[in-house]
Amino acid sequence: MDARNPDTLSEPLDWPAQGVTRVPFRLFSDEEIYQREQEKIFRGPVWNYVCLEAEIPKPGDYKTSFVGEIPVICTRNHDGAVHVMVNRCAHKGALVCPREHGNGSELTCVYHAWTYDLTGQLTGVAFRRGIKGKGGMPEDFDVKKHRLEPLRVAVLFGLVFATFSDKTPPIEEYLGPRMMDFVKRSFGRKVKILGTQSQMTYNNWKLYAENVRDAYHATLLHTFYTSFNVNRLDTDGGIILADEKWHHVSYSKRDTVSNAPEYANDKVHAAQYKTTLEGPHLLDRFDEFDDGITHTIQTIFPNLTLQFTFNSLAVRFFVPRGVGKTELLWFYLGYEDDTDEQVEIRLRQSNLTGSAGLVSLEDGCINEFVQRGTHLCGDVNSFIEMGGRGVESSEDSRATEVAIRGFWEGYRRIMGFS
Amino acid sequence: MRDDDNIDAGSDIVDLQIRLQIDDLITDYVHAIDDNQLERWPEFFVADGKYKIISRENFDAGRPIGVLYCDTRGMMRDRINALRTANIYEPHTYCHVTGRTRVRQDGEIYRARTNFEVVRTMQDGGDFRFAVGKYIDEIVFEDGQPKFKSRIAVLESRRVDILLVIPL
Repeated sequence: MDARNPDTLSEPLDWPAQGVTRVPFRLFSDEEIYQREQEKIFRGPVWNYVCLEAEIPKPGDYKTSFVGEIPVICTRNHDGAVHVMVNRCAHKGALVCPREHGNGSELTCVYHAWTYDLTGQLTGVAFRRGIKGKGGMPEDFDVKKHRLEPLRVAVLFGLVFATFSDKTPPIEEYLGPRMMDFVKRSFGRKVKILGTQSQMTYNNWKLYAENVRDAYHATLLHTFYTSFNVNRLDTDGGIILADEKWHHVSYSKRDTVSNAPEYANDKVHAAQYKTTLEGPHLLDRFDEFDDGITHTIQTIFPNLTLQFTFNSLAVRFFVPRGVGKTELLWFYLGYEDDTDEQVEIRLRQSNLTGSAGLVSLEDGCINEFVQRGTHLCGDVNSFIEMGGRGVESSEDSRATEVAIRGFWEGYRRIMGFS
Repeated sequence: MRDDDNIDAGSDIVDLQIRLQIDDLITDYVHAIDDNQLERWPEFFVADGKYKIISRENFDAGRPIGVLYCDTRGMMRDRINALRTANIYEPHTYCHVTGRTRVRQDGEIYRARTNFEVVRTMQDGGDFRFAVGKYIDEIVFEDGQPKFKSRIAVLESRRVDILLVIPL
């Protein structure tokens, strides 16, 4: 039997008959499934976000990153092309780049000084001919036959993606036209990095993948939003799913708030509080688009989120660090031609999200609450039927869990959990 | 805000009374936070005072965005209102330990630097060294009282554990 067949899990997984409206809680804490994900998803036919082009702007620049838990190096070669390779020397397996950032004409492993060019091709080996005619590599040793394990690379509007698989379709096809439109909307201009954050969370990576697709929770858990009329489900907005279902965009138009009675009638915690800010300039903003959209959250399977909240543009890259641990790497961005005033506005709005975000800090703990709540729970599933049981775009409502169902549809497909 | 790091600007202060008042400001500030008197927090600043938490990595690179930023007392009060009424998090407390303050005078502004360590204790008793870093301060006197014109908490680590809701 194929070792990769899900039937060979030491404890077989039987997905509930209700399909993607039920998700076994076991998926968030099963070490064996986590290992299977590393192979089937992160080493599989997906485009993994690895870095921003803005992090490696000059020839010779490199930056280390991760594909799943696998360490990789992203380089910019002398000809300007971006390359991604596993950060593991072809000799003894040491990290070739222990530093996170750097610049150089080549990459040299610190252990035995094996040297690679910026595409990952081995170019030289220390003491290859031995010393004083003794020792050295065998006569038939050929540097051309050794290199750092390469990944295929796609650069899309300054976002760098990589894949281990030959089967991954071109990135435009992987995303599809609707998703491409929104990536272009946010990243169609050259960005600069305004700041970074790391947030360590104690939950399985898929809980964040769910959380960021969960429009239902956004205005209920993140009560700051609702209290101050920043983003509510009664503003115009919708959810668009990619054809493959596993990527999505949620968008809203704040200027259309209608104060739906359900917020008061359903005793929504968030709607009970004061609605004035003493520092209202927190929400000062400027129009960057003429489509009326003030807020987008976009996900790209498996572990990338793109945020454009008013003028706060950010990449959220959530990296699995073990079955119950996920690191969120935040990159706050502006555009290269921003004025000082626009940077100041983006700086103030950065308060909304991130590890101390007025409307997002709860995400640091809520997924951990699920992780803890589902620990050793046995054969129990979540219930995901808000907005029905379908997995189609919901362009007129965000009171739905459709994007979460979309994630699980993609997840089941790639994992073979049918 | 990078220029605010210029702790070497200015001259030593000979007036011990001023140094003691600045020491008291820095001590009262951390005690107010540790004692959950968070409504007092904005009052340690002038009305248009600035407060920022940022990792050393970003601070040294001159990047503007860190973890948290307020540029008025009003924004600080909103932070406290939000954590009292809106934000959701597991209850926890801080205990600050601060090092000796080095302070110099630069015209009307006193520039101070103080190392700090913050231990966070969760409701179940778990404790953790949550933050280590330095306060880079600009202090002015307003009606005879020292206030922060600017306070930057520069964190040694880029990594925030779970979330940050109480100011440092």
